[in-house]
Parts: sequence; C-alpha cells; structure tokens
Amino acid sequence: MALANLKQEATGTRLAAAVVPPGGVWATQARRAALARVAEMGLPGRRDEYWRFTNPETLNAVQAPEAAAFDAGDEAPAFADVARLRVVFVDGVFDAAQSDDLSGEGLEIARLADVAQSDIHWARDLFGVLEAGGQHPVPRPLAALNTATATDGVVIRATSVVERPVELVLQHRDADSDVALHHVIRVEDGASLTLLESGAGAARLNTVAEVDLGHGAQFHHIRVQGRDHDRRAVTGLFARIAEGAVFKSFTLTFNGRLTRNEVVMDITGDDANAHVAGVALGDGRAFHHDDTVFVTHGALAGESRQVFKKVLRNGATGVFQGKILVRPGAQKTDGYQISQSLLLDGDSTFIAKPELEIWADDVKCSHGSTSGAIDEQALYYLRSRGVPLVEAQDLLVLAFVAEALEEIADERLADDLRGRLEGWLNRHRG
Amino acid sequence: MNVSEKIEVRDGVDEATVAAVKELSGTYKYGWETEIEMEFAPKGLNHDIVRHISGKNREPEWMTEWRLAAYDRWLQMKMPEWSMLNIPEIDFQDQYYYARPKSMTTRPKSIDEVDPQLLATYEKLGIPLKEQMVLAGVEGADDSPAEARKVAVDAVFDSVSVKTTFQAELKKAGVIFCPMSEAIREHPELVKKYLGSVVPVGDNYFSALNSAVFSDGSFVYVPPGVRCPMELSTYFRINAENTGQFERTLIVADKGAYVSYLEGCTAPQRDIAQLHAAVVEIVVEEDAEVKYSTVQNWYPGDEEGRGGIYNFVTKRALCAGDRAHMMWTQVETGSAITWKYPSCILKGDDSQGEFYSVAITNHHQQADTGTKMQHLGKRTRSRIVSKGISAGKSQNIYRGQVSIHPRARESHNYTQCDSLLIGENCGAHTVPYIEVKNNSSKAEHEATASKIADDQLFYCRSRGMTEEESVALVVNGFCKEVLQALPMEFAVEAQQLVAISLEGSVG
Repeated sequence: MALANLKQEATGTRLAAAVVPPGGVWATQARRAALARVAEMGLPGRRDEYWRFTNPETLNAVQAPEAAAFDAGDEAPAFADVARLRVVFVDGVFDAAQSDDLSGEGLEIARLADVAQSDIHWARDLFGVLEAGGQHPVPRPLAALNTATATDGVVIRATSVVERPVELVLQHRDADSDVALHHVIRVEDGASLTLLESGAGAARLNTVAEVDLGHGAQFHHIRVQGRDHDRRAVTGLFARIAEGAVFKSFTLTFNGRLTRNEVVMDITGDDANAHVAGVALGDGRAFHHDDTVFVTHGALAGESRQVFKKVLRNGATGVFQGKILVRPGAQKTDGYQISQSLLLDGDSTFIAKPELEIWADDVKCSHGSTSGAIDEQALYYLRSRGVPLVEAQDLLVLAFVAEALEEIADERLADDLRGRLEGWLNRHRG
Repeated sequence: MNVSEKIEVRDGVDEATVAAVKELSGTYKYGWETEIEMEFAPKGLNHDIVRHISGKNREPEWMTEWRLAAYDRWLQMKMPEWSMLNIPEIDFQDQYYYARPKSMTTRPKSIDEVDPQLLATYEKLGIPLKEQMVLAGVEGADDSPAEARKVAVDAVFDSVSVKTTFQAELKKAGVIFCPMSEAIREHPELVKKYLGSVVPVGDNYFSALNSAVFSDGSFVYVPPGVRCPMELSTYFRINAENTGQFERTLIVADKGAYVSYLEGCTAPQRDIAQLHAAVVEIVVEEDAEVKYSTVQNWYPGDEEGRGGIYNFVTKRALCAGDRAHMMWTQVETGSAITWKYPSCILKGDDSQGEFYSVAITNHHQQADTGTKMQHLGKRTRSRIVSKGISAGKSQNIYRGQVSIHPRARESHNYTQCDSLLIGENCGAHTVPYIEVKNNSSKAEHEATASKIADDQLFYCRSRGMTEEESVALVVNGFCKEVLQALPMEFAVEAQQLVAISLEGSVG
C-alpha cells in the first residue's frame, strides 16, 4: 500500500509541475489527453512489471539530477563524413545557426513548436496517437508525459526516396537541463527516409518519436546516445508499419547513468519488416541500460528481429525486456529475438526477460539469450597466433557485437559506428 | 469444439479418421467415480475447520497452532493475479476441506482390512496396493519379469492415506515412508525441523491455504548414506464432490542419500471444478540426490471447458548441502488450470538442479508452469528443458526464473523451452526471467515456437499412418528429451498420455 501511495504522490507532484505548452486546438487537445493518461496510469513504480529492473525515481522526479556535459576533445562528431541535413537542438532549444536549411528533395520538415501553432496540419493524425496506441497492454507513462509537455521536436514527411539523411543533433550544455522532445514522422507509400540521431541532449532527456510508415515505405533510424557519464534518458519510439514497409532502428549507447530505450512496433500490414537492434557498452557501477521492446504482429507474413548486445564491466547493469506478440490470424509470422551480454570483469549484472505471446499456429518464433565472460578458448587461440591479449580481447568484443551492427543497412554508417566502438574499447582498457 | 467441422478445413483427411477422432475425443480414462460412503467436515473454512482437520489427524497441539497461524496468515493474503490464467472466482467457503471414506475411520493395519471398494478403485487405476504386484504397464516390459522392480506406494484418497506399501522392507533400510499425518505423530522432531523450511507458510496464497488445511500426503526420510532400495510413489485420487484436496509432501534426503519418487493423480469427471492445492518440500543434503517425477493427469474438464481440477501447487527443493542434486520431471496433461513452478534453491556449492517438463493443453485447458532456479552456491549448475504443446482453445505458458547471485561464481544455467501449436485457436506463451549477477557464470536460454512441420506429417502419412498417429509420433519426438528423463514405470504411461491428451485436436 505504501508503495502505491508513493507512486500516487510522485505522479501528483510531477503533474502539478507539468506545463502544457501553448498551441493550436488539435495540439492542445492531444496534450491534455496525454496528461490525463499520465494521471490515470500514474508514473512508473518499482512494483510495475516492466520497471522491476530499472529504478524510475530520477526520471519521475520534478527536478532533474545534475549531469555535466562530456568533453569529447578532438573526437570527431558522429556521422561527420556523411552528407546529411543537420537539425540542432541545444538543451532542447532549436539552434538555427548550427542547423542546415530545413528543406530537401522529397522532404517536408518543420519544427513541432511551429506546427503545433497551426490550425490544420497532417501531423494531427499522428501526434499523440501512436503513443496512445502503444500504451496497451503495457503502460508507458513517461512517453505520455512527453506528449503532454514537449515544446519542440521535428515533424517530417518523406514523399519520395530521400537520399540525404536527416540528423538530429542533440547537444547538451547545462548541467541542470531537463528536456522533452517529440518527433512526428510520416513516410508516405513507397518513400524512404534515414534518420540519424546523436548526442546526449540534456542532463535529463525524454524523447518520443512517432513513426508512421505507408505501403512499401522504408525507414532507417541510427542513433548514437551521448557519451556524457551522468546523463539520464528515457526514449520512446512508436512505429506503425503498413504492408510491405520496412522499419529498422539501431542504437549505440556509451556511458550515461541511466538509459531506458523503449521501442513499440506495430505491424499492421502484410509482409512488413520490423527490426530493432542495439549495442550498449557500460563501464562502472553507475551505468544502467535498459532496452524494452514490444513487437505486435497483427498481419500476415511479418518479419521481426530484435538483436541486442551488451558489453558490461566493473559492475555495470544491462536489462533487456523484449516481447513478441503474435495476434490471432497473423500466420506465417517470423519473429526472432536475441539478447546477449558479455560480462568483461567485475560483477556486472545482466537481466533478460524475453517474452513470446503467440496466438497463431503457423508461425516461427524464437528467442535466445546468453550471458557470460569472454570465451577463454577463443582468447587462447588468438594469443597463440601472436595477437597481444588486449587486441585479442577487443577483437572478440567486436565479433560479439557484430551481429547487431549488421542490422545497419548503410555500410558507411556501420563503419562510422564500428570506429567509435574501437575508440571506446581503446579508452576503457584495464 | 466440433471435431468434424474442424477437420474439414484440412485436405486429405478421410471419413474414417474423422469417425475415429470423434469416438476418441474427450476420452478421459479415469473419469469414473467410486461410490463409497464418506464423512465430511462441514462445508467452508474457518478456525473450527482447521481445528477439526487437526483433530481428525490426532495431531499434537504445536501442529494445531502452526495450522491456525497459517490460516490467519492466509486471511491477510490476496489471490495472486500475475499469471496469464483466467481463473473464475473461487468461493473458498463453498467446499469441503476434509473428506474421508467411512471405512477409513481407523487406518487399516494390513491390506486385508482395507475396504474392498478402495482396493478395487486402485486396481482399476493400475496402482498396486498388494506388495506382490507391480505398477501396471510395466509387467512384461521388463527383461526379467520375475524380478520386476518394486515400487512402494502411498495411496491418498481424498483427504486420507489409504495404504502405504513396503513400509516394513523400507524400515529395514532405515527409510521412513509414511503418510504425513503419521509422521507428525511418530516423527515430530523431523517434521518440526523441516516442515515449512523450504516453502514458508506465507510464501504464497496457496501455500498458506495448504499449511492451514492440508489433511495428508507423504513423508519420506532417507538417512545418511542410504540408497533407497526401491522407487517410492504417491498416488492421489480425488473422488468426493465439492471437495478440495490439499496434500503436503515432505522429502528429506540426508547426507549422501538417494531416492526416486513418483507422483500420480487422477479425478472423476464432473461439471463443477474442484480445487487441488498441494505443497511439496524437498530437502537435499550434502552429496544427496532426489529425483521427483510427476505424471499429472487430473480431470481436465470437458470440451466446453466445464469442470476439471484447478491445480495450484507449490513445489520447491532446497539443495542445502554441497554437491546436492535435485531433478524434477513432470508430464502435465490434466487439470483445467495448472499453476505450478517446481523450483530449486541451489544453496550448496557444486549443487545441481534439473527441470524437465512436458505440458500438454487441449480444449479449454490453461497451464502456467515452469521453474525457478536460484543459484546461491559456487559452481552450481542448472538445466531446464520445457516442452509446451497447445491444442484446441487452450493456453500454455512457460514462466521461469533463473537467478545467479553475485556469490554463485562459475555457475551455469542452460534453458531450452519449446512450444508447439496445434490449431489456430490456442496460445503459447513464454515468460522467462534471467538474472545474472557475476561475470564468471554463464546463462544460456533459447526458446522456439512453431507448428508441426508439414513435411514431417506428410512423411508419416505417406508411410500409411493416420493423421492422428502422425501427430502423436511427431509430438512424442518433440517431447522425447523429457520423457526419457522419467523412470520407466512412468515413461510408458506418459507416452500414452501424450497421445490421449491430443485426441480431437488434429485438424
């Protein structure tokens, strides 16, 4: 009972401090409805089934805990070698000077802050809609809180094959910044879009992206979460995937005190693909990373893949909660799920809860999960071939995460991330 | 479910198969009832009923107090809701908590004194109460029938133990095998030491309920260094209407001891569901080994989901000493609802836990079952092999937890759970929790869900097998790993059960 009261209290305090930004009629309605959802669900608590392994306290608190921005020194920013359209937010505030011109071929791109003021906009059919749809059967109150309070973000519509990726550069400057960003993305029938995301964004960052894919549309999302050691982040990615569409999301996480990445994918059309992958590297007791994924197969012959690899050392914690739901009639579904962790040294913790819920008989679903130290035999083999110990270890770590990196379709982007991974390993030896 | 209607959906099934399936579907071999005069405790549950049960068992005061405390605890608890089961509300006041045949007012001293009707019941079930008999289904299967393996049986009928065989022979080896009620009177020091030590009273809602009202069950104590000379078994039969069965089993294998224990159960076919809430506690000391095998064949309810047993069971083993070894094997084919997670607490260093399970659900059955492996000691090992088969409109859930604590260095878990779906109206779900808290340990988990491969069925059918036979063969192959872990006495029965449980599901 005491816990239930605590939860109610936390929700009450946070909601009292929540401010619904000014906007047009539809935006205001959606935001108020989202606020009501939070009030009804309550903020997450440790007794909630999907928060058992991650403490939501600092994400719930009215005041965000402080986190210093990380100085990357002369390290090149992510995706630096790729021609892309940059949209820069500094502590959640749009920075026009650093950003590129918000236009591109086959692309309609605007800020949520502007779009929300308009009386009529296509985004009204999606804003808060996919998030609300993703609240069942598992509530995601922090995403609803985001819909209610986020003042800015991007609103993108791709109408044809967009060659140049769009990058959201989320810079973190102030130690006490607390930011909510909300993105709405529509990829029309047959169109395609690549969205890149980099940076810590704020001391505490709450982002939600609602992605709607039309028939045969393609969406590639590649994200590098910032290196800032003390930052906290909760992200929600809600996707609706129509017939023949392809949705792919990959996230690379270094450092960070607390990261909770939720991905909710809803396959509504036949022959669609939904892939989500992630690599997390954590060093030290303060590191806590949580991937929570929910895939719903609601149509024929859908294919879903979840590939998550975690490299943990010195007491770091990694959590994976993944669920595949196959609705009645979703025959010929192919669902695959793998979550693995490599526990390098010290007593790191890995917790996995890979769930299957299957209501159709002609399906193929599998999940695997492993956890353990580096393979001594493989290490011995490499050393016997003259590879020094440290290099041999790095090689094996890279081999371990390779399956997840292979989920990135674009080789240039995959190479960029591979390089960053090697850099991290170099810095975290011993 | 309309069998013929379903079968028409598939090609290549002839009328003869349809007829054969119709004839066989819904057959539950043990659905008959023994007409016997019973005496009941008054309906409902309160302090007086708890005292009544304790009195009937002629228990010492400390036991009555223990029960009353458990009842008070239960009153404060709530029915668990976290399972994926759809459990109709149970009126705990609308049933009997104690029922015993009138002829059992005093426990018979020899087989000649046992009510012939009870003897006939067990004979019909294939359970030998006469010591010269062996378990049905094994005779002739053994290479040397003259030396057929002995199995000691404790036969529990509703709330009381009818007969325990081979007690004298076991006593010579130092093994205590007796009804729980007798153990409380005869071996209070052992019962006091171990009862509730593995499954505490307040562990969960049903363990609290069981602690308050359990009427009988089996007690086993194998002294240090003794290898139990024969298999032990308990056979549970629910017979009376509106009566819950609450048995309590306690098995203690002292240092270096070994025992293999079998459990079987059946119940009559009735339209109203009945409750069965058992607690099984096992203590495995240093270097000891316990094998516990269950073939659960409670009445599953009819095709429409009417009646059947609600099977809410807490089973847990404590590998207390170093190198202790516990092995659970279960074949779950019966019960309308099953809620059961036989678990191992691997406390001793180098201790080992194994769990092999086949759960088959058909028609409207629901099974939420699995295991927990708690690795506390160093170099502990566990292995989980679970096979779930759902057919008809049933739900089959594997729920399991593997937890490797920071101190449990160099431990290893391997988990495999596979689901097979037969028909498009059933569900198969997997809810595993894996928690690894040190880097020298290894946990491996894999799970699959699929339907019977068309090419396998086609192959069998092209060899002249019927669709029913083909499915049974493929399913038996799917469960082979688990069925092989069963003692021979049960393996035969289990293989037949796998085929029976799926009858009427093909189509």
